[in-house]
Formats: sequence, structure tokens, C-alpha cells
Amino acid sequence: MSLEQDLLVKPLTARVNLAAPQDLRTYEASGGYLALRKALKELSPADVQSRVKDSNLRGRGGAGFPTGVKWGLVPMGPDAGAKYLVCNADEMEPGTFKDRLLMEGAPHQMVEAMIVAGYAIGACTGYIFLRGEYVVAAERLNKALAEARAAGLLGQNILGSGWNYDCFVHTGAGRYICGEETALINSLEGRRANPRAKPPFPQIAGAWGRPTVVNNVESLFNIPPIVINGADWFKGLSQGKSKDGGTKLYGVSGRARRTGVYELPIGTSAREILEDHGGGMKDGYRLKAWLPGGASTDFLLPEHLDLAMDFDTIAKAGSRMGTGLLTVVDDKQNMVSVVRNLEEFFARESCGWCTPCRDGLPWSVKMLMALEQGRGHADDLAELERLTRLLGPGRTFCAHAPGAMEPLQSALKFFRAEFEAGVSPTAAKADDVHDLAQTGVLDAKVA
Amino acid sequence: MSTSDTVIKLAELTGKTAARVEPPFVLTGEERHAIEHEVAHYPDGRAASIGALKIIQASRGWVPDGAIAPVAEIIGIGAAELEGVATFYSLIFRKPVGRHVIKVCDSISCFLTGYDEIRAALERALGIRYGQTTADGRFTLLPICCLGACDKGPTLMIDDDLHGDVTPDKVATMLEAYK
Repeated sequence: MSLEQDLLVKPLTARVNLAAPQDLRTYEASGGYLALRKALKELSPADVQSRVKDSNLRGRGGAGFPTGVKWGLVPMGPDAGAKYLVCNADEMEPGTFKDRLLMEGAPHQMVEAMIVAGYAIGACTGYIFLRGEYVVAAERLNKALAEARAAGLLGQNILGSGWNYDCFVHTGAGRYICGEETALINSLEGRRANPRAKPPFPQIAGAWGRPTVVNNVESLFNIPPIVINGADWFKGLSQGKSKDGGTKLYGVSGRARRTGVYELPIGTSAREILEDHGGGMKDGYRLKAWLPGGASTDFLLPEHLDLAMDFDTIAKAGSRMGTGLLTVVDDKQNMVSVVRNLEEFFARESCGWCTPCRDGLPWSVKMLMALEQGRGHADDLAELERLTRLLGPGRTFCAHAPGAMEPLQSALKFFRAEFEAGVSPTAAKADDVHDLAQTGVLDAKVA
Repeated sequence: MSTSDTVIKLAELTGKTAARVEPPFVLTGEERHAIEHEVAHYPDGRAASIGALKIIQASRGWVPDGAIAPVAEIIGIGAAELEGVATFYSLIFRKPVGRHVIKVCDSISCFLTGYDEIRAALERALGIRYGQTTADGRFTLLPICCLGACDKGPTLMIDDDLHGDVTPDKVATMLEAYK
């Protein structure tokens, strides 16, 4: 298949080349920056927005909120003042490894997406908020930005349109919470990454108090192809597998044969993803449970494998599609240990802003460790269940702790016996939360 | 900020323990220039906080206490505000680290594919635990959350290099490349 044809079925990854990503010349030779040229010559910002709205592209960062609707909340017109576009490239959700591939493999598509999306919302500046560890992506994106700037695709009076817009890579320095939209904005402003209260929503008052749109890398990668090929083409990409349109980056990690990322029609079944593309489980391992899309999604079981991987179907089954990259848990794993690992992550990465999250998550880790070591108290299961409610939606300042409760609550539901097996009749209750900090379990810093 | 950090800083302030002896901090011309370049990307200098701290860390390996006030002055915020930022982010080092920093992914996909053995092999080879630096100043060992390379688990980073499909028996050879 030629690259041109490939781009029509795999618009996100057709150009990906990790060894030697396209430079400006080769990107343009493959139709790159045509979406930008088309937008600036033929389409108003409102036209670009309505194309994206018509496509019903749903945000690929995990929440599935329609990108066009998000853009539609931004004040437009000549008096709207400074506005910002921010790409959430802080990929840190455990089990998620898709945005790295896109940015390292096709940096110019990222840059074009930042410019076209910036045009659609009338932004003056775009920032790619990139996690600090993605050093290869940072280097490649900076090179692509410099090439684009030198070619007049970025900066003052872009392609003679009279529109001024620049874009920069902003690298982080750790902390998962930076991926939360409003914490990300605080971090971009040079503050501690504590989330902000909503409302106001960032589209009204975000970075530096100005209207700001935050979009995920994979969401943005869809924008240039939608502008070129239209909303109907995008809807057709799912081949009737979902009422949502487009392709999706799916993937498998854990003890599977061919772990990796695969671009497939959205709504492809989890079984097809794991068995056809991931090659099934490795010899000697059987599937016990799976996370549909990151650490903050509820576990599902082998019996759920035939579900279509889209936002609505996985939500109906009691979980979330999240980022869409499957983490498979094999039969050699104890679920208490698996959940302990997940909660340790969430406890360590809590920003500490609100009490349920800051104190509740280490408490859950402490009980899970006790159960894992066969010294759990008889009340621990009920206490863990209580935490899933106390740290659940509506009880905390942001979605961090509620996300952390998803794998815990589903593991308690599906694998209760493994938790019960960790109870000792003589154990003391694990109610002193703070001695965890003293053991250094949750500390990831230089001593 | 971790509890242990708080304890050390309070002790230093109150003179209960001997503070580390550090030479007076002087910002180099290159560092100042690089920070000013960062500041120019934003409508407000504060946004360069993390970038500026990373510039200091890139040239010195860590961010000494003495760096805080001069950097805060360039970006136009108070020293206490910059201190608050510097202590929040896990990849800003506020204490000296080794010549090479090893960051071991301890998130779920690596956990499922053998993280525990990798951690044990590293601790055995280096004779240190998380947060510590080898006596010869060569390596510092830290855990890190998901490195976004889950298909290659277990993974770790040494400085800017990503290592995937790490096995315990490969650990010693892998470390050899970092003198």
C-alpha cells in the first residue's frame, strides 16, 4: 500500500518512523501541511471547528469528551484577546505508551496539528506540555518546530494570512498529576501542579487567566487528516464497529506475545486486539484480568474480551476505555499484589492538596500490604470498600483518587477470595497512616 | 515534599545539625542566558520556573539551595515561591546525585513483567537502595512512574537513555557503559 493510501486508513501512524522521522521536506511531500494551507486559504476558524464537531472526534486522553464541543466553548471574535492551546503530552498513565510513539515517529504531524488547532480556536501561542523523561520526543519536536518556523509555517503572518502564532515545547519534571488538565495549567504557569477548582473551565479562564484549550496528543493528531478528508471520512474509519468515528491507538502490555501499539478502527474488540494483534498470552500464562486503558480504569475479566473497545461500550460494562491500551494480568499474579502496586503509584503521585486523597491512598496501601503479607485485619476488606466510596467521585478535589479507586473496587468485586486469604485472625488494625511515610515506601526522592 | 526533607531543612534552619558546607552559589553567564531564553517563551516569567531549575540541574547535576534566590530574581518571583516549586517536582534534585541517575519504572506493566527482580538485581549490583548514591558517586537509584514504553517492560532509564526488556542477568553489563 502506498503511503497516500495508508494515510486514509491509518491517519495517525502511517507516517510514523521511529528510526528516521520525516523532516519538513519529506513530510510536505507526503501531504504534510496541506491541512494548514487549506485551513488558512479556504476555511475560517469556525469552519475548522465545525468539521471537527461534525466528525464527533472524542478526546483520546481518556475521558472521551468531544474535541469540537470543547473548542466550541472558547470565546471567539476580534475582542477575545490572548488565548492558548496546550497539548497534553504528559503521558504518564501506567500502561499507556501511545503518545510517545506519535511524537517520536511523526513530529511534524504534531506540529501541524498544533498550528491548525491553534488557528481553529484563535490562539496566539501553543505549548506542548511534554513530560521531562521524553527526551527524544523533545529533541525531535524542537527540530520540527524550528523547521516550521524557518519555512514561515509558524511565527508572524503565517503563509501570508496575517495570523501570528508560535508554539513551544514545555518540558515537565515529573509528577503524574500534571496530566490533570487544570494541574497541567498550574504547572505550565510555573506553579506546583495542584488542580484548580472548576468552574471556571479552562476554555473560559485557563493559562494566565485566559481562554485555554488542553487536548491530548492523539486527539490532535486526528485534526490535520479531518481537515483534509472531512468528517464523513473520519466517521467511516470505524467501519461500523462503533458509533464513534476514527481509528484508535490500541495496545497490549504485560505477559502477551506481541506487545505493542496498533492503530485500528475504534470499536475493535478487546479479543481482536489481544489475540490477533497482541498474539495472545505468552506460553505458560493465562489471562486472569485486564485493564482496558490505564491504571485508573476498572478491571475486566476474560469473559469481557468480546466487548467493543469504545467509550460507551466499556462504560456499560462497568469500566472505562481510558487510553485504550490493554494491560493484561496473567494467572501467576496475586490480585492483592497487583492492586497494591497500583495504589502505591497513586499514593506516591497524589499532589497532597485534598485530605481524602493525600491520607486515604497511603492508608489503602498499608492495608493492601498487610493483606499481601498475610497479616491483614478482619476489618480490612470492609475498610477498603469504605475507602472506594470516601475517595470516590464527588468526594475529592480532582479525579486522581476516584481513578485510583477503580481498579481497587473491581478487584474487590471479582477477586474477593484473594483479599480474604490475606486476613490473619491475630492481626492488629492498620490505622496509623503516617508510619508509611516513615518507612519511605512512598518516597521517590534523593535521600 | 517528603517528611524527611522537612525534618532536615528545619534542623538546618534551627542550627540543630551542622548544615552542609556548600561553596557560595554563583550563576554562570550561560545559565543566566539560557534562563532568559526560556522566560521569553511565556507571557509571564514564572512559567520558566521548572525550565530554569532544569537548566541549573543540567549544568550542576542538582539544584543547590543557593541557586534558588538568584534564579527567582531572574524570573521575577519570590525565592520561597520557587522553593515551593523546586520541592514539588520529583525530577528536580535538591541534594547531590551520582554522575548517572538510574530511574526504574515501578508501574503496573513493568511490575507484571519482572520489576521486582530488576530492582533486586540493581540493589545487589550497586549496594544501595532507592534514594541513595553509591559511595564512589557513580550512580543514584530512584523509582519512577510509567516510562511510556510498557511493551518493552521491564524498563528503566539511565540518564537520558531508555532501556527496555531488561533482565536481571543483563543489569551488570548495562551498568558497565556508564563510568
